[in-house]
Amino acid sequence: MVQAGEGNNTVAEELSVAPTPWEIVQIARHPKRPRVMDFVEGLFGEFTELHGDRLFGDDPAMLAGLALFEELPVAIVGHYKGKDTRENIARNFGMPHPEGYRKALRVMKLAERMRLPVISFVDTPGAYPGIGAEERGQAEAIARNLEEMSRLRTPILVVVVGEGGSGGALAIGVGDVILMCAYAIYSVISPEGCAAILWHDASRAEEAAAALKLTAEDLHRLGVVDEILPEPPGGGHLDPEALISTVRDAVRRHLALLRERPIEELLAARYEKYRRIGQLLEAPGT
Amino acid sequence: MLNWLRRPKYAQVERREVPAGLWSKCPRCKALVYRKELERNLKVCPKCGYHLRLSARERIAVTFDPGSFVEHAADLDSRDILGFVGYQEKLEEAKKRTGNREACIIGEGTIEGFRVVTAVLDFPFLGGSMGTVVGEKIARAAELAMSKGLPLVTFSASGGARMQEGILSLMQLAKTSAAIGRLRDAGLAYISVLCDPTTGGVTASFAYLGDIVMAEPGALIGFAGPRVIEQTIRQKLPEGFQTAEFLLKHGMLDMVVPRTEMRSTLARLLRFFGAPRETRQEAAVP
Repeated sequence: MVQAGEGNNTVAEELSVAPTPWEIVQIARHPKRPRVMDFVEGLFGEFTELHGDRLFGDDPAMLAGLALFEELPVAIVGHYKGKDTRENIARNFGMPHPEGYRKALRVMKLAERMRLPVISFVDTPGAYPGIGAEERGQAEAIARNLEEMSRLRTPILVVVVGEGGSGGALAIGVGDVILMCAYAIYSVISPEGCAAILWHDASRAEEAAAALKLTAEDLHRLGVVDEILPEPPGGGHLDPEALISTVRDAVRRHLALLRERPIEELLAARYEKYRRIGQLLEAPGT
Repeated sequence: MLNWLRRPKYAQVERREVPAGLWSKCPRCKALVYRKELERNLKVCPKCGYHLRLSARERIAVTFDPGSFVEHAADLDSRDILGFVGYQEKLEEAKKRTGNREACIIGEGTIEGFRVVTAVLDFPFLGGSMGTVVGEKIARAAELAMSKGLPLVTFSASGGARMQEGILSLMQLAKTSAAIGRLRDAGLAYISVLCDPTTGGVTASFAYLGDIVMAEPGALIGFAGPRVIEQTIRQKLPEGFQTAEFLLKHGMLDMVVPRTEMRSTLARLLRFFGAPRETRQEAAVP
């Protein structure tokens, strides 16, 4: 078992048998796992949802709004997965269209002007691949968010709470500090998609899940995630309150730290954070 | 000097016995075209106008003033950071076959005398996929443009993020987009040319962030690949979906530019964007 690092008493100590990457994928996708809306309700005393991108429509797969975190005004964006099949269909399984990303950006730009910190909750299988999404510029919408978030002049705290599905997750996932729940996943492609491409056999997703290095521990080791948030044994769905409480504590701690730092310093560090991913290639021995 | 850019009037091809290899078959209209004629026409079928794919080196040869291109960061090499099954072999094979070390070539050169920094993706190298080195090179190209005060012109042809580098590939979307953001803040222009095919993480990052975004005729461009979309929505895609012309119609491109007019079009735009022009046609000083 790899060390979770920095005093996180995670998986190893709380479970006699550590879950495999594939088991973690199942936990991250578990129908009873707390959704973004559960975290919003659990963390914020007050939440005002804001709708629409002012360009095309209002994407039900993306949540955006203003909230109070222990009296501190913040802006919130997050993927909106449903709790059951009916709600999931209405919410497109948390897979946004371009208007979802543009709504999120609109609210983040508002946060920048009002000097509100942004808290982003990530939980999506990915950006929706469909005809309308392509027609309206899914790629452009994601790209624009990446650029704008990289230099948004307000602190951004990202919490990966469930599925981090590739570009559709990253499109609201660029920030100063990236937290990740112990049994969340974050990957460039789904294990099923990876297996289909590699072996022309989606049923070998279990192997692909291991190869992709998509667990919180992997991401922490690779320098992509700053801190792993421990989960109850077996996963957050077994004790949602415990996981929500852990996330609340972490958000409180990091928000306080982020708000102390001058914005110019924050922006420089944010750029460096992403800029250095890949510079390890110049290490001796290449 | 520009004769080779003009589309030659095409006389009827004589049918006679020729050794194999002198003729090419157009992948679209199936016409047999004398290979030298095809090369002279920048690999655009003189019969039907189909744009055959170019490697990065070919792209540089047909775009930049002869002898003006100076490559940068040529020594960057990818490694199998995640220990991903089969990746090392694929890398070695691609290096041997293409003669390049990675799927991206960056440098500076002149286009009709206008000095620019460029980054060109190489589709023959693992589908032009973006891993850490490609991301690093795009970021360096943007930084080189800033340090020299030159516009940036990129040519994309890519299947997207490189699966075998997992989450590190995904993070290159953020890295390259952040670098383009800095270029924009520095007041420098960025022209992005999308070639066949450009999909996935490359469209969802730097390639769609151009101040000008243009494409070659017929190029397949999209966030999700057509097969993924068909599987998701379970219906046949309309004719011409995700082509350059389709995107132009939907407002997602500034223009569609035939290869034979690419140099003159870029030069015309670069005049507006403060690109310094060399009066003598000499190689740029590194």
